[in-house]
Amino acid sequence: MSTINPKTYLKKIDGVLILLYLLLVAIGFISIYAVEHTSQSQGFFQMDRSYMRQLIFLCIGMLISVVILFTDSKTFPNLAFLSYGVGIFLLLITLVLGREVNGSSSFLVVGPIQIQPAEMVKFFTALVLAKFLSSVETNYLDKRNRYIAMGLALFPAVIILLQKETGVALVYFSFFLAMYREGLPNWILLLGFGLIFLTVATLLMSQMVFAILIAVVALFVIFSNRKKIKKKKSYLFNTIGIAVVALIFSQVLVPFTFTKVLKAYQVERIYTMIGQEVPEVYSQGKDNGIESAAEYNVRQSKIAIASGGFLGKGFLNGEQTKNDWVPEQRTDFIFCSVAEQFGFLGSMILVILYMALILRISFIAERQRSKFSRVFAYGLAGILFFHVLINLGMTIGIAPVIGIPLPLVSYGGTSLLTFTIMIFVLIRLDADRSMILR
Amino acid sequence: MSDFNQRRSIVMQTLVMLVGVIIILRLLFLQVFPNDFKIASENQAVKRKIVQPSRGLLIDRNNKTILKNNMYYDIRFQPKKLKSNFDTVRFCRMLNIDQQHFDTLTYQKIMLNGWNRTITLFKNLPPEGVARLQESMSDFPGIELKENPQRIYPYKVGAPFIGYINEVSKEMLEREKYKDYRRGDVAGITGLENYYEKELRGIPGVQFLLQDVRQRVVGSYKNGANDSLATAGKNLKLYLDIELQKLTEGMMANKLGSAIAIEPETGGILAFVSSPTYDPNLLTGNDKSANFKKILADATKLTFNRGVSAKYPPGSTFKPVTALVGLDMGVISSSYGYPCGGGYYACGKKIGCTHYGGGHAANLTRAIANSCNAYFCHVFRLCVDSPNNKNVRVGLKRWRNYMSDFGLGHPIGIDIPAERGGNIPTVDYFDRMYASNWNSCNMSILGMGQGELELTPLQMANSMCIIANRGFYRVPHFVKAIGNDSTHKKLQPFLEKKVVAKINPNDFEAVISGMRGVIEYGTARGARIRGIEVCGKTGTVENYTRLNGKKIKQKNHSVFVAFAPKDNPKIAVAVIVENSGYGSQWAGPIASLMMERYLNDTIKGGRRYLVNRMKRARIIPRITYIKDSIEKNARRIKYQKWLDSVKSGKKPTVEEQRKPNPDAKNKKSWWKVWAVVEPKNKLSEYYKS
Repeated sequence: MSTINPKTYLKKIDGVLILLYLLLVAIGFISIYAVEHTSQSQGFFQMDRSYMRQLIFLCIGMLISVVILFTDSKTFPNLAFLSYGVGIFLLLITLVLGREVNGSSSFLVVGPIQIQPAEMVKFFTALVLAKFLSSVETNYLDKRNRYIAMGLALFPAVIILLQKETGVALVYFSFFLAMYREGLPNWILLLGFGLIFLTVATLLMSQMVFAILIAVVALFVIFSNRKKIKKKKSYLFNTIGIAVVALIFSQVLVPFTFTKVLKAYQVERIYTMIGQEVPEVYSQGKDNGIESAAEYNVRQSKIAIASGGFLGKGFLNGEQTKNDWVPEQRTDFIFCSVAEQFGFLGSMILVILYMALILRISFIAERQRSKFSRVFAYGLAGILFFHVLINLGMTIGIAPVIGIPLPLVSYGGTSLLTFTIMIFVLIRLDADRSMILR
Repeated sequence: MSDFNQRRSIVMQTLVMLVGVIIILRLLFLQVFPNDFKIASENQAVKRKIVQPSRGLLIDRNNKTILKNNMYYDIRFQPKKLKSNFDTVRFCRMLNIDQQHFDTLTYQKIMLNGWNRTITLFKNLPPEGVARLQESMSDFPGIELKENPQRIYPYKVGAPFIGYINEVSKEMLEREKYKDYRRGDVAGITGLENYYEKELRGIPGVQFLLQDVRQRVVGSYKNGANDSLATAGKNLKLYLDIELQKLTEGMMANKLGSAIAIEPETGGILAFVSSPTYDPNLLTGNDKSANFKKILADATKLTFNRGVSAKYPPGSTFKPVTALVGLDMGVISSSYGYPCGGGYYACGKKIGCTHYGGGHAANLTRAIANSCNAYFCHVFRLCVDSPNNKNVRVGLKRWRNYMSDFGLGHPIGIDIPAERGGNIPTVDYFDRMYASNWNSCNMSILGMGQGELELTPLQMANSMCIIANRGFYRVPHFVKAIGNDSTHKKLQPFLEKKVVAKINPNDFEAVISGMRGVIEYGTARGARIRGIEVCGKTGTVENYTRLNGKKIKQKNHSVFVAFAPKDNPKIAVAVIVENSGYGSQWAGPIASLMMERYLNDTIKGGRRYLVNRMKRARIIPRITYIKDSIEKNARRIKYQKWLDSVKSGKKPTVEEQRKPNPDAKNKKSWWKVWAVVEPKNKLSEYYKS
């Protein structure tokens, strides 16, 4: 489809997605402006202000999206492997040359521009995953191919982890959503959820009690299924095996990870999430009764959100956010600004907008003829879902404080451009949904 | 192959929606329902600032301000805002401070308070000191001036009745009266500052301010919708004549005693001196507490308001009152005479009289003019033993009722605190003294103002007002109007006309002509003022002091009461100078000069030397210092005993420590407690020289 007929082309573009995109971007800009605005602010057009920089990135994003809309959709699968390679290369360079900001070296400085390759590589990984899974040779039911796909998705995460950007690295796990859609067995997701449940339970309960609980549950399962077990011996062994694995995991692996592998602040964040204080065993001698930074951030964030009330304090009247009570409020905690100024009503609308965006992408994914487009769409949906869940959850105190931005709303050029590009690539692919791309 | 599993997309979409619902539910609980976080937001972001109103001024009868607020300045700075090019040399030169001192001071303060907080560097600098700095504030970013109003007494007089202000103490805050006060607020402690506290203070305003995470104020909360403005305190307009006050205080300097002048018609106080006293400006500003300690330690008891708290036997100045009671009871007439030959022998023991010329008590007028002791002892006995009375007890009670009418024996109700009532002996008292076996002879000297009879100087002056007004008085008071309101609720008690025992005006004329005689040809010829008909009465009061349980006779108190002019009086005066001699020697001239100053607005050239003589005289008996040092010594020993008991392990319990000293409570002389460890000094001389 090298020539584009404007009339038919425009009809194929998904207007709903563009509308949702524009609404979210506008909310983001307003929120950043409100945070920056003080009574002493003079004039709107001040280049040193964050909101102006965000505006500039928005304009750049628009230009790029126009270019994307007029690009041949075949370009994207064709460029997938190349871009992935470039992305990995950039990540490795950053690992060596990256500038250290807040303890992590994930920024690459080129002249006046700072870029965070970890953000861009999400896009490249989504492309390469789509390309790999859609290729004719790949049979996803084949275990080997599954492992290759997982490797492609998680390899950047490992490099990013080395850059000490735990939060961004975790995002790459969201590609499992796309892989699940393409046929990853249920047990893998069950295993994932099971492990998370076990970890949390281990942290909440004392080890002894939990061990006894596991034993009791296993015995109960064996007892209630004794007739089945009589027929089939392997059922018994499976149950006992699962119980033993659970025991080893909770008694040995979790404590080992918490004391030896994770950093003190990471332990602290995880405990903050589940609303517990770090026990002495894991605190590694760092607990001195002083409120940790993460606890402080979450408390201030909750205070700001709560103070919004039902209708909010009104535009530019957010005292908590405006007067620096909430840290990191332009980036990770931008939701506080929305919640304080526009209250429950405004924040509910924002949440609904996000859910609508993700569901719309999911809907678009299902109508693709091309597997490439579908995998890419689910990759995007997964990333968005993970970002929204963790970021909003963190500001309202139901998720660990890991520094990832709120898509399209938080201040940050790379993040904004990455999501803009991904959404418009999806729109471009969707315009050619009747085609089969490989 | 393309649609591996449609069902899974539904699973994922459900998951997304579920997460959305969870987040919205969580938001609902956080934002809509009440919780701790909502309260926390206001607590941390909104700061309640009290705006103190400016305190009311005191204005005298000639519209001169005698108590005002001067702006003093605290220099504060925020270390973070200081620039590296801060010109320390210039800054120090402007404030006239040593640069080294400045450097160490700032260093210490920053070490103590950190870099972010605003730190007070210097406190209470006078406006002259910071004037140059004020002009060039912009050259010193980070430095700010905080206005800090201070009470200023421009005439440096009037400490006993104006009083002073201080920060409210913990004990005061617990009282109902101070329920609107917070720690750090100031309140009047004594005098008018205390009595009119509510009016002078005004109403503090409240500002709600928004602050940021570094406690910096960034604006008003809700655009000041909840703020309230401060209402300035009301000015008090006084009857006082500040020039008269200044002159009187000067003349009373270095003497123990009191001088009070009242406008008879209104009861307004024209001058009020309790001596010795101190410069009230000592109790403002930076050295307040050090000065206060010194004042309390002074042997002459500077904080003791002799005008309303000290009680003296009135001596002969009481004789006009005795005469009035006798006339009203009908036991004598104005022509009644007594054959005094230099003493009163009717009760066996002689009561001496300074005159023995025949006929010096031929009638009431002459008896007053010549101050005959025998005459008034006899009149008093006639009153008490009057045939209308069943016995002497009823007689004394009747007499006490008269005294009560004259405002004696109980506090009159002046508008400053700490007023005492003096002493009029009761029937019970004589029962105790003489085992119920007594008659009018035992107390005949009451008639001449000696014995158990004790009056405050204010009561003496008020008695003069009654005579000057021919039968009524208004409660003596300082304040004419609060703001512009002369019928303020608080002033109502002072507007009421109090008629004394409905005594016949003719009786007054008889007494007044006697008092006129005192000046014309009697005991106080020196108190004459040319062109003014002065009426007065001298008093020379025998008195004793107790030292180590022994009763020692002291030099007489010099007392003088007067009013002028005779018709339509404008001023009534009572002056008492302790242990100085005859009434006409010290008190008489002082009272006369006061009246001349008030009525003529000036003192005639010929009498100026008299003013200087009064001012120069130092009449403080040595016994004052002896008694003071004995007292302090006793306290020191007591304190040492207590210390020893603490050291030896017999620690008093918390309750015991808190319990006030029973002695101190009975005597109510709280200032003595302060004076324990201070060495004896003669501060009053120092301040008055």
